[in-house]
Amino acid sequence: MKTLDELKKIREDAKKNLELRNTDKTIRVVVGMATCGISAGARPVLQTFVEEVSKRKLHNVQVVQTGCIGMCTYEPIVEITMPNEEKVTYVFMDTDKVKKVVSDHLVNGRVVVDYTIGALK
Amino acid sequence: MEKVNVTINGKKISVPSDYTVLFAAREAGIDIPTLCYLKDINEIAACRLCVVEVDIKGRPMRNLPASCVLKVEEGMNIRTNTSRVREAVRTNLELILANHNRECLTCFRNGTCELQKLCDEMGVDDIAYEGEKRRPILDQVSMSIVRDSSKCILCGRCVNMCKQVQGIGILDFTRRGFETEIAPAFDFSMADSPCVYCGQCIQACPVAALRERTNIDDVWDALEDPEKFVVVQTAPAVRASLGEEFGMPVGTRVTGKMVAALRRLGFDKVFDTDFTADLTILEEGTELLGRIKNGGKLPMITSCSPGWIRYCETFYPEFVENLSSCKSPQQMFGAIAKSYYAKKIGIDPKNMVVVSIMPCIAKKTEANRLEMQVDGIRDVDFSLTTRELGNMIKQGRVDFKKLSDENFDLILGEYSGAGVIFGATGGVMEAALRTVADVLTGQDLENIEYHVVRGLDGVKEASVVLPVDGVDTEIKVAVAHGTKNAAKVLDAVKAGEKSYHFIEIMACPGGCVHGGGQSHVSAKERLDVNPKVSRANALYAEDAIMVNRKSHKNPEISKLYAEFLVEPNGHLSHKLLHTHYKVKKQYQIENQDDFEELIRK
Amino acid sequence: MALYRSHVLVCGGTGCNSSKSDMIRQRFEEKIIEMGLDKEVQVISTGCFGLCEEGPIVVIYPEGAFYSRMKIDRVDRIVEEHLFKGRIVKEYLYEESLDKDKLKSLNEVDFYSKQKRVALRNCGVINPEDISEYIARDGYLALGKVLTEMTPVDVIQVMKDSGLRGRGGGGFHTGLKWGFAAPNQADQKYVICNADEGDPGAFMDRSVLEGDPHAVLEAMAIAGYAIGATKGFIYVRAEYPIAVKRLEIAIGQAKEMGLLGKNIFDSGFDFEIEIRLGAGAFVCGEETALIASIEGQRGMPRNKPPFPAIKGLFGKPTIINNVETLANVPQIIINGADWFRSFGSEKSPGTKVFALGGKINNTGLVEIPMGTTLREVIYDIGGGCPNGKAFKAVQTGGPSGGCITADYIDTKIDFDTLTDLGSMMGSGGMIVMDEDNCMVDIARFFLEFTVEESCGKCTPCREGTKRMLEILDLITQGKATLEDLDKLEKLAINIKNTALCGLGQTAPNPVLSTMRYFREEYEAHVLEKRCPAGVCKSLLSYYITEDCRGCTKCAKQCPVNCIEGSVKKLHIIDQDKCIKCGACMEACPFDSIIIK
Repeated sequence: MKTLDELKKIREDAKKNLELRNTDKTIRVVVGMATCGISAGARPVLQTFVEEVSKRKLHNVQVVQTGCIGMCTYEPIVEITMPNEEKVTYVFMDTDKVKKVVSDHLVNGRVVVDYTIGALK
Repeated sequence: MEKVNVTINGKKISVPSDYTVLFAAREAGIDIPTLCYLKDINEIAACRLCVVEVDIKGRPMRNLPASCVLKVEEGMNIRTNTSRVREAVRTNLELILANHNRECLTCFRNGTCELQKLCDEMGVDDIAYEGEKRRPILDQVSMSIVRDSSKCILCGRCVNMCKQVQGIGILDFTRRGFETEIAPAFDFSMADSPCVYCGQCIQACPVAALRERTNIDDVWDALEDPEKFVVVQTAPAVRASLGEEFGMPVGTRVTGKMVAALRRLGFDKVFDTDFTADLTILEEGTELLGRIKNGGKLPMITSCSPGWIRYCETFYPEFVENLSSCKSPQQMFGAIAKSYYAKKIGIDPKNMVVVSIMPCIAKKTEANRLEMQVDGIRDVDFSLTTRELGNMIKQGRVDFKKLSDENFDLILGEYSGAGVIFGATGGVMEAALRTVADVLTGQDLENIEYHVVRGLDGVKEASVVLPVDGVDTEIKVAVAHGTKNAAKVLDAVKAGEKSYHFIEIMACPGGCVHGGGQSHVSAKERLDVNPKVSRANALYAEDAIMVNRKSHKNPEISKLYAEFLVEPNGHLSHKLLHTHYKVKKQYQIENQDDFEELIRK
Repeated sequence: MALYRSHVLVCGGTGCNSSKSDMIRQRFEEKIIEMGLDKEVQVISTGCFGLCEEGPIVVIYPEGAFYSRMKIDRVDRIVEEHLFKGRIVKEYLYEESLDKDKLKSLNEVDFYSKQKRVALRNCGVINPEDISEYIARDGYLALGKVLTEMTPVDVIQVMKDSGLRGRGGGGFHTGLKWGFAAPNQADQKYVICNADEGDPGAFMDRSVLEGDPHAVLEAMAIAGYAIGATKGFIYVRAEYPIAVKRLEIAIGQAKEMGLLGKNIFDSGFDFEIEIRLGAGAFVCGEETALIASIEGQRGMPRNKPPFPAIKGLFGKPTIINNVETLANVPQIIINGADWFRSFGSEKSPGTKVFALGGKINNTGLVEIPMGTTLREVIYDIGGGCPNGKAFKAVQTGGPSGGCITADYIDTKIDFDTLTDLGSMMGSGGMIVMDEDNCMVDIARFFLEFTVEESCGKCTPCREGTKRMLEILDLITQGKATLEDLDKLEKLAINIKNTALCGLGQTAPNPVLSTMRYFREEYEAHVLEKRCPAGVCKSLLSYYITEDCRGCTKCAKQCPVNCIEGSVKKLHIIDQDKCIKCGACMEACPFDSIIIK
């Protein structure tokens, strides 16, 4: 170890992994992971959320899974809760959609209306 | 040295800043009780009897610190005589007594016990605590030393004497808490440990936890036996210490009274080991010249001290061949008494009993060594310490102080000044140099005092230029006393840093005058007198008044060769006066290799 | 680095480990592989979470679900439900962590909410065997800062300003200690970490070493830089195998990354650390005895002065700091002295870890700001005494400390308040006693410990504590007189006044403090031959009340046949023969046998 910057760089990398254990986060991304969700492809959706959130250093975002939300035909379903805002429910998610949701909704605060359950009607 | 001002019991005094409170108090004429304290050797503040009340510039110290290790500070106010201090000292004494075998009236140290004295002085008038006692161990396996743990007060003086002064470390604290003991490793007997029997631990012990194995009754029995012709020999150092047994100042020379007392006890002949000290010089000197001339093993090392012999055999086996093959003067004496002398007076050596009075406990084991006999007859039958002789004289109700001086018997009582100084460190070397110088130069030299080998420096070196076979040769010698100093010299020789022709080694610091069998001098007395110095001075004083101060000038020695031995290192000498040594295992246990592996790690 | 969506933290502290947490962890790993989740879920063994009463503990992130009292056969369901399907298994959760079915964050749980974790900040949070997790939590940043931006004088000044006091017992100012060692010229100086934790019931040092070993290494290096030492020793009990293993791993990793060894941070500063195992003698926690032990000598204290800062290990200037003390150091360097002083009390800044034990609901490890009241610790964090029993006293400072009674329960805990009450901080053991504890018996328990653990060097401790114990034995047997009580007190004061080391000087404290606060209990034993708490066996008597129906069951159970009475008649116990085994009481179906 030669410099403080070298240590700090290692720290930044290492932090990504530990972010997961911080429970004081205000934004929650909940991925439905019941049998229905998993068979519809929820697993890669969840994984992509985890990766994208980490890549973009979104320290305030917690990605968790949940059981069956009750609308099995719309799976994979993802719910995003921002502080002081209504819950947004995305349906028929896939990995590409996840990337867009992360960049638009989580980073810039713009809901991707096209993917939401409301757009279905 | 910078001075600091302190107040002790209201008295202002200025003392050097490296003083302990104990010493400052002494300077102020105030005696603080101590028990575990042994100046320069055991300063571990364990017994807590020297506690005092202190405040520094008005700020009181929380507890009662031990004055033996507490350094003075400017503005210290010390109180040694408050009820709090007295109460603390008495309570700690009571606690020691509670775990002590209080058979004081029948104890070997009755009268010389430092604990007994303190209890008396501090007014301990009751046994305050009657409870459990530590398990007692009485180890009397060894011929030399007895360890009685029931008397031990765990002051640690023996531990540091053995470890720090002698560099050996046979004894140490074992177990812990209330069960703490001072013992050899693995609860071995002293006899199975690599103890060399220097007896310095006995000198350090304030009580009777360590003492010699006594042979007083054996000697009384021999004196009583009408069949036996009992002769006694006294080592040079005994005359410088025996008076202390009768309250005389340390280092009082009592040669004449000692001889008189021995006669009163009923010895048939009273002889002097100094006679065979002179004989040793001729045998050893001849051996040395032989080794120098014939390329024998050098350096040659003296073999008078049985503690040193055990040390060499056990810890420096690679030097066993360097040891002079001469028996010690004690053993030579027995061999000559039971051959030459017995024949001369027409007594069957089987009926002769040789008793030796020695400043030493290792001599007891030496006398019992298998090889110390000639044709099945032991050289020496019983070896007593100076203290045991003191006891015998008291038991024989001889009023020692009132005795008039008497002379040793002829012919084994004849000795030179060189023989006398054997008892002090450097003495053997000086005696040898006196003779060797005369022999090599063929002159009767007058300058015979070799002050460079006298004194208490741990290792002393000297060199003399003498003609060997007509060629001037520098003879290099060294003197070491105490096994730790012996190790220093031997390590230097082993490493090739030093080379000598001849080395004198004595196991005890100061030489025989401070042997493990000499009178006890309490830790407190030692603050005022150094027995090593006072007793050595007594010997040098006797040497100075002797007409004959060279071993080879002892007329009876010349006669002995002329009539009996023929020549030094001759055939008969080898049979009677020389011996051999063997390497010893440090711990006599079965899987020694595993054990050594273990202790190395 | 692979990214996991979920972390399973299994407590790998000694407490949980002894209830098979290692097997629980193994089952998690197996089951996760079986379910094909091993790329998504990571299993990590951590240090102690502190709530040992509820162990073994497993926490699953990102939710922070706190599973307590885990069993191996619960693992499969948690993996299938929680990790696979995202459904937290609520019935396995720690009850307190649920608020009406809603998961509370750990910080909101009573046990944790009043705590302030500085020394324990990483325990139960990181994987102690992975240096990168320590670095992620700002690890070694303090060392880097010290070596690249600060002089040794600066470092010592920060430590002095922080007011950090030694957490091992004495409470000496750490900055001052470092300041004594720094100016001494020597060819070698040493830093020693004292991990010879020995108070009965105290295990904070073990938990720090097991949960956050790098914090200690980093602090030692900082201390080394501050005083000019290049060599450190950690003296740790051999009975702490997990701590030793994690320290070894940590030292290896730190060396590999160049955070220990030569020329750290290119500053020219070298620092090496070696582990020395102690055989577990209590006295070796005393610094001079510890030094003797490292030197290969018998662990016996020696007189101070000279202090180790002047003449320590191998005769060289040495500082010795306790594990918990060291664990605070990197935080103080990073956040500054003012931050550290922002919690705790004026003269005792910062936090202190306590090991709660005895008659208390939540046994375990808690870290609180100094100045928190005993009441908060015992009731709010510790949950009070079990079974609704009344709190009687708490022993702080282990065998060197004393008891504090219910009257003083609103005392704000710091070094000085405890000492003023005749107890001491010690290493932070807190043993809670309720109405069923006999205070003479408690004093006897602690004294027995010191008698066993005395090194045997000085007279008062070796002989005196034994005699005190003998007197206590007499008292608990009802054989003592009032003179014995005086004798006991006199001995206690003498030992306090004249023993050589801190262990001996404080050994009488449990007796002195119980005599001070519970004199009437002692006197009841002596004068009335009665143990008010009903603990001292010799003073108990079993009686059969009028409720006896004469069923003879008690008489049949009595091993010494001391119960007489015929069928359907009142039975009587022969008090002279009774050995007080209690078998009759257990056998009685009518609860008609009582103890008086």
